[in-house]
Amino acid sequence: MAFEPKIIGFLCNWCSYTGADLAGVSRIKSAPNVRIIRTMCSGRVDPAFILKAFQLGADGVIVMGCHLGDCHYQEGNYKTIRRLPFLRRLVKGFGIDPRRLRLEWVSASEGDKFALLVNEMTEEIRSLGPLKLSVHHEIQQPVAHH
Amino acid sequence: MAKPKLGLYWAASCGGCEIAVLDIHEKILDVAAAFDIVFWPVALDFKYSDVRAMEDKSIDLCLFNGSIRNSENAEIAHMMRAKSKVLVAFGSCALEGGIPGLANLTTKDAIWNYVYKESPSTVTKNGGTYPQTHSMMPEGSIDIPEMWETVKSLDQVVDVDYYVPGCPPQPEQIWGVIEYILSGKPLPAKGAVLGATDKTCCDECLRERKEKKLKKFFRPFEIQTDPNECLLDQGIVCMGPATRSGCGALCTKANVPCRGCYGPPPNVTDQGAKMVSALSSIIDAQDPQEIESILDQIVDPMGTFYRFSLAHSILRRVEKS
Repeated sequence: MAFEPKIIGFLCNWCSYTGADLAGVSRIKSAPNVRIIRTMCSGRVDPAFILKAFQLGADGVIVMGCHLGDCHYQEGNYKTIRRLPFLRRLVKGFGIDPRRLRLEWVSASEGDKFALLVNEMTEEIRSLGPLKLSVHHEIQQPVAHH
Repeated sequence: MAKPKLGLYWAASCGGCEIAVLDIHEKILDVAAAFDIVFWPVALDFKYSDVRAMEDKSIDLCLFNGSIRNSENAEIAHMMRAKSKVLVAFGSCALEGGIPGLANLTTKDAIWNYVYKESPSTVTKNGGTYPQTHSMMPEGSIDIPEMWETVKSLDQVVDVDYYVPGCPPQPEQIWGVIEYILSGKPLPAKGAVLGATDKTCCDECLRERKEKKLKKFFRPFEIQTDPNECLLDQGIVCMGPATRSGCGALCTKANVPCRGCYGPPPNVTDQGAKMVSALSSIIDAQDPQEIESILDQIVDPMGTFYRFSLAHSILRRVEKS
């Protein structure tokens, strides 16, 4: 069977998710490979969510938020603009190609940009191939000590 | 009534946890008076066969330190699980892989190649040899444990009842745990972390904290730090914000940044991810290039953020390239 990339998209509620919605109502065709998880802000995306996505079998992760200056919470995406490049270094440290983790800004009116990015990311991951991690073979899930 | 039975074991560890137990000083006599110590390889001459001959669940409490690095560690972990009513992962290595877990940054092959062939102090003949798990001698065969590719925490191998963090756990915390168990009070819920608190290391740190905004990071030898101000405020990467408290912030009292040995705080699975989060919030830059150049100053984020917790992190090990 041909490889179909599994990509997790964390989309901020106020801009990017609405942008994705616009792509939908505008009937813009795009790859079905991005599974969207709506978060209230791109700044809400805990780096652990992204590592967890890779652990559970995602081949790529794309985080989309409001353009800088447009954050509904004033500065949530300014946290993201530092967090993602930082996390990309860690991801690389774990032996994962950093191109598998991407950060983009998509406003509520950029349905076409959303579709373009989804297609671009899907093709990039397709060319990188499936992500194979030894943790995929471990049965137990890591648990937080409480 | 017979005294409750106590077992202690070290797997892949340095022995510091054993010393920490002895660091409760004369109270060790109270431990010896209260418990019948049935297994403690570092201090008393018991054999594996002595424990194997015991009935299942006949040891009341087992303090198990060290990570699981080879087949012997795993075998004894399974044995102690079967023989013990309460199995405690004792110290950072048993909890989350600890320092030996840093071997997950590389491969068994790379480690062996260096140790048995390439290190300057190794003299090799015919290109060198690796230890064999099985070898034949005139007198018979000899078997040694097999080293694993990946270091594991105790709870990745057997079911664990409680966790006592620290590298090593602090003596007063150890005594607190033993005293609690001796008191006969009902035991906490399974999976509880004992001998530590539910806050972060910063909560115990006496240094003065201000609004954090950083444009530059330093390594400890690069600057003279103010002994009363938060080390992170001064640009030293300190693991305090992503580390459970319980040690009394010993390191920062000695002008050394927190190394993260008490592991992640409650409900955090990945100390490194949390540290990325914490530092990202205080870096004072909005321009992508400036951000990259600031991040360049944090040398070895993998080794710093996962110094003790790599084997128990979300991704557990670095993928072989």
